[in-house]
Amino acid sequence: MVTLVAFIAGLTFGIGLIVAGMTNPAKILGFLDVAGSWDPSLALVMVGAIAVGLVAFAFARRRISSALGLPMQLSAAGTIDVRLVGGSLVFGLGWGLAGFCPGPAIVALGAGYGKAAVFVAAMLAGMGAYEWIERWRSSGKEPEAQRGATS
Amino acid sequence: MSVDWTAFTPWTAVAGGMVIGLAAALLLLVNGRVAGISGIVGGMLRPRAGEFGWRLAFMAGLLMAPLFYAMAGQQAPITIAAGYPVLIVAGLLVGIGTRYAGGCTSGHGVCGLSRLSPRSLVATLSFMAAGFATVYVVRHILGF
Repeated sequence: MVTLVAFIAGLTFGIGLIVAGMTNPAKILGFLDVAGSWDPSLALVMVGAIAVGLVAFAFARRRISSALGLPMQLSAAGTIDVRLVGGSLVFGLGWGLAGFCPGPAIVALGAGYGKAAVFVAAMLAGMGAYEWIERWRSSGKEPEAQRGATS
Repeated sequence: MSVDWTAFTPWTAVAGGMVIGLAAALLLLVNGRVAGISGIVGGMLRPRAGEFGWRLAFMAGLLMAPLFYAMAGQQAPITIAAGYPVLIVAGLLVGIGTRYAGGCTSGHGVCGLSRLSPRSLVATLSFMAAGFATVYVVRHILGF
């Protein structure tokens, strides 16, 4: 059941991205090009998504388990640190270069675009590099460092 | 700044956004999980018991979305201007950056802002700023 719900959620998410036009890198770059002829669409996608999300998260916050009786795994309230800001800046750089972020790239791969496949493969390599670096950093260090790496 | 009114699609943007919000609400309220794509995909590279199947199913849903969309008689418009070297560099940056940031446009931008997380606001402003700056440099300084 959990797997089926995850599939339906992924499918719905992907259809939302397509309807919103967010699977088209040309449209993303049109939003990021504020100095050129600007396409504000992405801002309205976020408005629509957050309007629904606000209700869902407000409801979820008052519950300890989901409808299937699973624990509500809202990410822990971490700190605002160099990993958060630095990681986001690196992500934004890549986003601005190609016009792809993770979700739309996977949907475009599903639509059969070879270029999206190349991007997703590189993205997985980048995620793998993160795992490798963090494992390497935490090996042979005190538990204190390990705690930092897994937060 | 001048708004490109021919490219601007306000209604489908809001409607598509609400569908994205519904998908995130479904995953949250039924499965208890946050719909952050980079976290869902990245978590597959660190398999733990009971953590692989639902992530794969979510990804399969994303991959099959164009097929379902096509069944409704519609074609997703996708124009990828970047060449292969740029796509490889961009993919690596997006992969490593989103994992260090602990989220991407969905995890921080949609879900994080929906739960009014200050961390996600900082992350969203950071990747937006970097995205704006990158496109500005590429298009208006380097002239591509």
